[in-house]
Amino acid sequence: MWQIFHKLGSPKWFFGIASTLMPWLLWVGVALLVAGLGWGLAFAPQDYLQGNSYRIIFIHVPSAFLAQSVYIMMAVAGLVTLVWRMKLADVFVKAVAPVGAVLTFLALFTGAVWGKPTWGTWWIWDARLTSMLILLFLYFGVIALGAAISDEKSSARAVAVLVLVGVVNIPIIKYSVEWWNTLHQPATFKLTEKPSMPAEMWVPLLLSVLGLYLIFGWLACLRMQTEILVREGRTRWVQQLVQARGD
Amino acid sequence: MSEPLLQAVNLECERDDRVLFRDLSFSILPGSLIRVEGPNGSGKTTLLRILAGLNDSYSGDLLWRGKSRNGYREEFLRNMLYLGHRPGIKPLLTPMENLRALMDGRRLLPDKILWQALEGTGLGGFQAVPCRNLSAGQQRRVALARLLIADEPLWILDEVFTAIDIQGVAALERLLIERVENGGAIVVTTHHDLRLPSMQRVTLGGGDGYGY
Amino acid sequence: MATEFTVTLRSPEVSVGTATAMKAVFVRDLKTAFRQPQDLLNPLLFFVMVVTLFPLGVSPEVSFLQQAGSGILWVAALLSVLLSLDHLYRHDFDDGTLEQLVLQPQPLFLLVLAKSLAHWVLTGLPLVLLAPVLGVMVHLEGNSVAVLCLTLLIGTPVLSLIGSIGAALTLGLRSAGVLLSLLIIPLYIPVLIFGTGTVMAASEGAPVAGQLALMGAFLMLALTLAPFASAAALRISLSNS
Repeated sequence: MWQIFHKLGSPKWFFGIASTLMPWLLWVGVALLVAGLGWGLAFAPQDYLQGNSYRIIFIHVPSAFLAQSVYIMMAVAGLVTLVWRMKLADVFVKAVAPVGAVLTFLALFTGAVWGKPTWGTWWIWDARLTSMLILLFLYFGVIALGAAISDEKSSARAVAVLVLVGVVNIPIIKYSVEWWNTLHQPATFKLTEKPSMPAEMWVPLLLSVLGLYLIFGWLACLRMQTEILVREGRTRWVQQLVQARGD
Repeated sequence: MSEPLLQAVNLECERDDRVLFRDLSFSILPGSLIRVEGPNGSGKTTLLRILAGLNDSYSGDLLWRGKSRNGYREEFLRNMLYLGHRPGIKPLLTPMENLRALMDGRRLLPDKILWQALEGTGLGGFQAVPCRNLSAGQQRRVALARLLIADEPLWILDEVFTAIDIQGVAALERLLIERVENGGAIVVTTHHDLRLPSMQRVTLGGGDGYGY
Repeated sequence: MATEFTVTLRSPEVSVGTATAMKAVFVRDLKTAFRQPQDLLNPLLFFVMVVTLFPLGVSPEVSFLQQAGSGILWVAALLSVLLSLDHLYRHDFDDGTLEQLVLQPQPLFLLVLAKSLAHWVLTGLPLVLLAPVLGVMVHLEGNSVAVLCLTLLIGTPVLSLIGSIGAALTLGLRSAGVLLSLLIIPLYIPVLIFGTGTVMAASEGAPVAGQLALMGAFLMLALTLAPFASAAALRISLSNS
């Protein structure tokens, strides 16, 4: 059991597995995303209230969804870093934090673009958008702390503590922001509340979410491989690998 | 011979992509003095901080009285006294207040004993002066006063002779010898030429740290 | 250095109780702070000055200040706590007392809790005491001032406890101050929301017991979890030094 666990944590082992996995993740992901977006953008029926502008949810919802799950994944990896000192867990956190930040930004941006025709303004202090903005701040904090500590091990553990503190706070922040929102803007239109969405809408949405997840998996593998090569540059297996590719 | 207080087994420490030491094993027995030697940057301070439990980015095992130290952290800390580069003295407080604050976490002693300990380190008359008005050597003496009243069997002392004058050094050497003779165990690093009977050495390499 | 002291080498079994050790940490922090009263005064002056900026920078109209007053006071209090956090562990780190704290034979999170409480007594509590005066200056009415003080009383310890995590994580880093703010401000948002929201509800005559209870729950959560995170962060930062 422990040996398997250690093997899972070995960068060399991961590097190999990731290489075989990556083409699958990428192509299946792209196929799903193209299918979902194509269906959603071109064929799904119009919304009777918002017309065509609602179609941005096929980008907004998957990125918002993934942005939040990435933070939770990072928290799990952080726990692994603190408890088992597994190097790979930290490689994961460092590799995906910027991706999470970009996804959060994408969700905010598409939210703003959606807001313009819906509310007539680019930005509205809607509960959901505000929570996403705070999530973006949390991502910035993680990236900044990771960059500020030069020692690799200390940086890994400090970031892990911060991510865990953040993940405990996320539900509290969401709840507070929702309460705050009702206090200031009673009964506004909410981005997420989609009562009885027809199947023609949610199936393509589901496909896009799945596709984006797989593409995220591919990107995570790619970035982790790069990070591993940088960190393990002096080990024999990396040098052999570099030579083999160079020939 | 009695059982070792602290045992290092295959210690390895890497810092900023440089291996400071590896496969380092030794035992700290009661009644022994170990001097950790090596050039600047060879990891002497890091080793001492690892032994004291301040730095835990190492691999290998540390055994406290034969058991894994991590499971007996509080017992270990109660039996170990560490003095680092930074003396642990608050400049705004007086020597007496500083010593009181340092001891209160460990052992409750009457003021009289603390007062005598400060006198014993040559700080008689300075007990009530804020430490920032004292010299660097005097501030270190405040920290050293702990050694006079310590009951911890293991001392880990990093650069303990720094900023101490000649008489002070001689007295401190005597204190260390006496301590070892009474069965205490001491680990020191120092640039001072320390010659004590039955001194063991742990030499850290430096230089060959790079590469796999 | 005389060595007439005979040292007994009995193995020390009897340890100082945790409560005694916590009290010693608390008392030492208070004593040290009162030796340099200016450092205590600075966050308070900052608090007053930030509040002054709003009537000058936005509008001195009574209606605006009444509306925004609780928010202004809360933001100012939050910023002044944030400003004082850098000192929480920095001096101890520089003079080596932090190493000795970590090596004390008591659970570190409890010693950290004692330090956080001392920090609150030295910064949060004076803010609470000063708030009524400023509350009057921003035209908050009778009941609102009382509720504001109550929210600050419950909320500022949370700020100290969460801030302690950030201070511990950024210990010994360059430009730690700005980084500390980046890490901590998002975590302060729920306290800010409920702090101001409760006062606003009170000014509209709504019952506030529920919100206050919720803030109390935040405090309990911070009291139980934050010291563990701070202790872990301190160990990591010291490991790196």
